[in-house]
Amino acid sequence: MADSSHEKISEAEQRYRRNLAAKNPKDGESFTTISGEPLDILYTPLHLENFDLVRDLGFPGEYPYTRGVRDDMYRGRLWTMRQFAGFGTAADTNRRFKYLLKHGQTGLSTAFDMPTLMGYDSDHELAQGEVGRCGVAIDSLEDMEILFDGIPLDKVSTSMTINAPAAILLALYIAVGEKQGISSEQLRGTLQNDILKEYIAQKEWIFPPKPHMKLITDIMEFCARHVPKWNTISISGYHIREAGSTAIQELAFTLADGFTYVEAGIEAGMDVDTFAPRLSFFFNAHMDFFEEIAKYRAARRIWSRAMREKYRAKNPLSWLMRFHTQTAGCSLTAQQPENNIMRTAFEALSAVLGGTQSLHTNSFDEALCLPTEKAVQIALRTQQVIAHETGAASVIDPLGGSYFVEALTDRMHQGAEEYFRRIGEIGGVIAGIEKGFFQREIAAAASAYQRSIEQEKRLVVGVNRHQVKGEEVEIDLLKIDPAIEKSQHERLRDLRARRHDRAVTGALKNLQKAAREHRNQIPDILEAVRAYATLGEICDALREVYGEYREPPIF
Amino acid sequence: MDRKIRVLIAKPGLDGHDRGAKIVASALRDAGMEVIYTGLRQTPEMIVGAAVQEDVDVIGISILSGAHMTIFSRVMDLLKEQGADLEVVVCGGGIIPTEDREKLEDIGVRGLFGPGTTTGEIIEFIRTAVTDKTA
Repeated sequence: MADSSHEKISEAEQRYRRNLAAKNPKDGESFTTISGEPLDILYTPLHLENFDLVRDLGFPGEYPYTRGVRDDMYRGRLWTMRQFAGFGTAADTNRRFKYLLKHGQTGLSTAFDMPTLMGYDSDHELAQGEVGRCGVAIDSLEDMEILFDGIPLDKVSTSMTINAPAAILLALYIAVGEKQGISSEQLRGTLQNDILKEYIAQKEWIFPPKPHMKLITDIMEFCARHVPKWNTISISGYHIREAGSTAIQELAFTLADGFTYVEAGIEAGMDVDTFAPRLSFFFNAHMDFFEEIAKYRAARRIWSRAMREKYRAKNPLSWLMRFHTQTAGCSLTAQQPENNIMRTAFEALSAVLGGTQSLHTNSFDEALCLPTEKAVQIALRTQQVIAHETGAASVIDPLGGSYFVEALTDRMHQGAEEYFRRIGEIGGVIAGIEKGFFQREIAAAASAYQRSIEQEKRLVVGVNRHQVKGEEVEIDLLKIDPAIEKSQHERLRDLRARRHDRAVTGALKNLQKAAREHRNQIPDILEAVRAYATLGEICDALREVYGEYREPPIF
Repeated sequence: MDRKIRVLIAKPGLDGHDRGAKIVASALRDAGMEVIYTGLRQTPEMIVGAAVQEDVDVIGISILSGAHMTIFSRVMDLLKEQGADLEVVVCGGGIIPTEDREKLEDIGVRGLFGPGTTTGEIIEFIRTAVTDKTA
């Protein structure tokens, strides 16, 4: 900025603020973002003293990618509309998948039930009452064949929200592809496979951190050779935010997890450019519109700089951060649930203005149950309205250059850097997990947020303001038939009677051997699933080698 | 009453969403209660065992997975076997549809708190329920 214009602006701004303070003494009242970041009443070029357009923003599709990862963004291709779905049996979810594809969805996203996520078969003692509840129950290749029946795997891309047993689900998907005559090279999709955020927030782990990290580098290595179009990890801030973190914590912890995977890959002997282009990210879209947009923009900038400068990646594809976004489940209210349609729409718009590559919009009934078909349709239509009617997809990074958005982007960036320093001081992400650092930071932020609602410092429509007395919720709820559990047990019993036991035990023994000898475990997992070993059996084989992780209960 | 109210906050089943359980645990502690948090993945047997061993007045169970019918029923049965069903106030929080809520109240679950509940309401409920029990 030229000095003369700087002086002029500074003078004008001082005059504005004097007048404002004289007329409106409430200006001293503190306003913050939903995460507690202080907000000025007005932003001007004076907030961007050190801002450098080329260095800090660049151009879309160019380093440092602040404005977006593609040069033509949504004019070239809209984001993928990817609704997360899964409940009941594989056949139930297969029907929902086909419904979504028929209504214009462009990619699949699979939700698994709790026993599957934790590596237990449906007939395990701990699975009681949970089979098919929060997602689809998958016990063996047989279930996976039904799940994708009639869906050609070379025509869709499939995201699987699976972490601790991610390697097994990848193997199952490859095996279904083989049955459909599709080679692993043609498969497109994403494994969540982000165990670090499991320890930090979502809490679905099986083994201690070290063997889990080994399984992840095995997947990275295997996919680089055999499944080149597969996104091996979806490094996730979503669950960190849902557990109650602030936007800066979500940003910082997610990127710190990402750096940890990169370092693990390099330590395992891989060239960073062989695996980094297949890393993807997954963020939350919460209610604070501008803070979220700033978060996505800062995320791209931080990632590209670290990948190029710190980890010395040479391939530009290793520098750019592609991410999926899901609107915030924790922002939905059980009160006046129809209002959630609006909440989700604003959140989705922030993700689009922030340059997301794919998007899941929550259904308005999700504070009450798994979504019904009607609610899912409204959620998908919300994205289609944004895409085709609002004009938001016509111009790249339309808020770029806004004094406010740029200042907030810088604030997000700085806040994340402060956390990286603290994480470094405690010895890195895994040490932080073991010391309970992340868990305590998030629990404190969650409690502070809850207090701000209870003290009415923050208003939520229908919850602490504009309530309806004696409200009766009158929406249809999706119910999961308890008979699913029994039928899943019977199918498992039947499968175990039919398959060749010797092939199963042989494959499991080989897998244990590979684990003990620190070899890549994916080929043996693939052998085991082809022989119809169950998910629980494969996990048990590895539990014998690795043991299980226990978290100290901190609150 | 001299003794502090003792509360066991329990997180049964496989679900790891512990944001609510932790917020409630710390709010009850701040309100002067003695709080024991079980941590994740507790079976009904472990929960009732801990409740009896710790001699608690209240068990608060957090369930978001949809497994509430199975888990609450089992907890109530086990408490009955131990002869502790009238001694301990069982309450819970999570996403529990109205019709299930009525069934759970029929088997003796005293308070069920859904989304939007304030920690103040839970503290008030526990104080009243424990006073009624000892009165």
